[in-house]
Amino acid sequence: MKIVVCVKYVPDTAIKVKIAAGSRGVDLSDVSLVVNPYDEYAVEEALQIRERLGGEVIVLGAAGDKANAGLRTCLAMGADSAILIQDECMESGDSFSTGAALASVCRQLRPDLVLFGKQAIGVDNGQVPAVVAELLDLPHVSAVVKLEVDSRKFRAEREIEGAREVMEGSLPAVLSAQKGLNNPRYASLKGIMAAKKKTIEVRTLNSLGLSADDLKPRTSIEEATLPPPRPPGKILSGDVSETVPELVRLLHEEAKII
Amino acid sequence: MAQGILVFIEERQGSVKKASLEAVAAARRMADSLQEPVIAAYIGSQAPGAVLAHHGADRAYWVRHPLLESYSPEGYTAAVTQLVRLLQPRILLGAATAMGRDFLPRAAARLRVGLAQDCTAARLVDGAQLECVRPIYAGKAFARVRFAAAPAVATLRPNVFSLGTPDTARSAETVDFQLDLAPEQIRARCTALAASGGAKVELTEAEVVVSGGRGLKGPESFPIVRELAEALGGALGASRAAVDAGWIDHQHQVGQTGKTVSPTLYVACGISGAIQHLAGMSSSKYIVAINKDPEAPIFKVADYGIVGDLFTVVPALTQEVRKLKSQ
Repeated sequence: MKIVVCVKYVPDTAIKVKIAAGSRGVDLSDVSLVVNPYDEYAVEEALQIRERLGGEVIVLGAAGDKANAGLRTCLAMGADSAILIQDECMESGDSFSTGAALASVCRQLRPDLVLFGKQAIGVDNGQVPAVVAELLDLPHVSAVVKLEVDSRKFRAEREIEGAREVMEGSLPAVLSAQKGLNNPRYASLKGIMAAKKKTIEVRTLNSLGLSADDLKPRTSIEEATLPPPRPPGKILSGDVSETVPELVRLLHEEAKII
Repeated sequence: MAQGILVFIEERQGSVKKASLEAVAAARRMADSLQEPVIAAYIGSQAPGAVLAHHGADRAYWVRHPLLESYSPEGYTAAVTQLVRLLQPRILLGAATAMGRDFLPRAAARLRVGLAQDCTAARLVDGAQLECVRPIYAGKAFARVRFAAAPAVATLRPNVFSLGTPDTARSAETVDFQLDLAPEQIRARCTALAASGGAKVELTEAEVVVSGGRGLKGPESFPIVRELAEALGGALGASRAAVDAGWIDHQHQVGQTGKTVSPTLYVACGISGAIQHLAGMSSSKYIVAINKDPEAPIFKVADYGIVGDLFTVVPALTQEVRKLKSQ
């Protein structure tokens, strides 16, 4: 089985967000980056499938200049090789242009499975897996929490409101991973050492055979803002026999929500 | 010339999702200023109901096809994109539910246009251009998004856009749509529904959410929080600490790597208020915090709170709420 896992290097979830100069995005200059947590489930799933069925796991990233470290982490987890589409315009693209770039590499690789995390922390769009599937003319299932796969078909469970949808289909396919699919392994010291010898092939956009039009974003961010600060609340302390009735009174008479 | 607003209607177990009606109502408000129609895109084996018209649809295109009897991203993408090609709307909307978030990006890609996912605001600017606002960094920031070409596609976060007052005097024409779809075009589809981790009221759609965190000290204390949730008619949530400790299924997790909720009322019991948790619930209309630590960060975002021991406060609160509701 040839499995491509698309991986994004994203700001850590603990960061306090600052708006960048020009107010069109978030200031990422001083921020520590990690492999997107949802992508770790995808990498882990690929490794487990390779352990069962054999084959190779290729991790694929698209970024300006910082993503090498993230790909190296995935190689240390056990992926066989990595490809990085490196171009400044990847930093200012949208889901469509990112999907177009990733799809063009996948088209050349002809994998049996393309795996993603369900969304990237930060932009939180969750669109790229579906965009890539459409551009590759492959079926897709998103937010997978359980997966069974063999060489020709898959059975996946995905979370919907109040239930799980069982989706069955054929390979090749594009799937995105949701938390709960598996427990991602930590890179072992052995894995980290082995990763130093594995290749990260850098590709430029020119080598992908895409026109400037293919890669133009279809949406733009006009402005990024912080949420308005909440005014200080009414915090009660004292005896339960007084604070609880007072809270209920406030919710009923002031906020009018119960 | 692109005209009108097309709204994808999601139906589950025979009823139209409230979030889809919210999208119709939002479309109606925008269409009124454009003086253009709101058209519902409805997939189902029974005719679309009058509720679509009551919330603002002028026409409903009814797509019925044996291959659409079960959900498939490819089948639903085909239905919506063929309707777009026929009707040439300037805007395509849908609810940002699991289904909408799954296949509408595929439809947008097929149409070679962009999509703004999970929007909390949508309005017309410069006369007739759609502009949306959507949370990024799990709501720690917001992005104002514009679109390069028609149709502008957006999914709207459930529970944020007003349903408005239904006008039962409104009616809409139903038009049958012949879909061009062959079996080999569907290579993944839903074959069954299975039970989930136990959530009775879906968190992301709930009006009230009551969550428990590390302060509960163990799984055996979750019933205290569950009872308050039930008394308030709400859904049960949890912090990551409680989920990672194995006290409750991760279906209930609220936060940056869990669910993002926007209820009218969010009650946080024994939750300190880490940035990642706040990211999942900060767009709640009212936040109530119960924590024995007066310095807990959650009190900085709470509208109301009680500093106290949740093991006495929460049951007392449940009782007081029940008393109020029985009056």
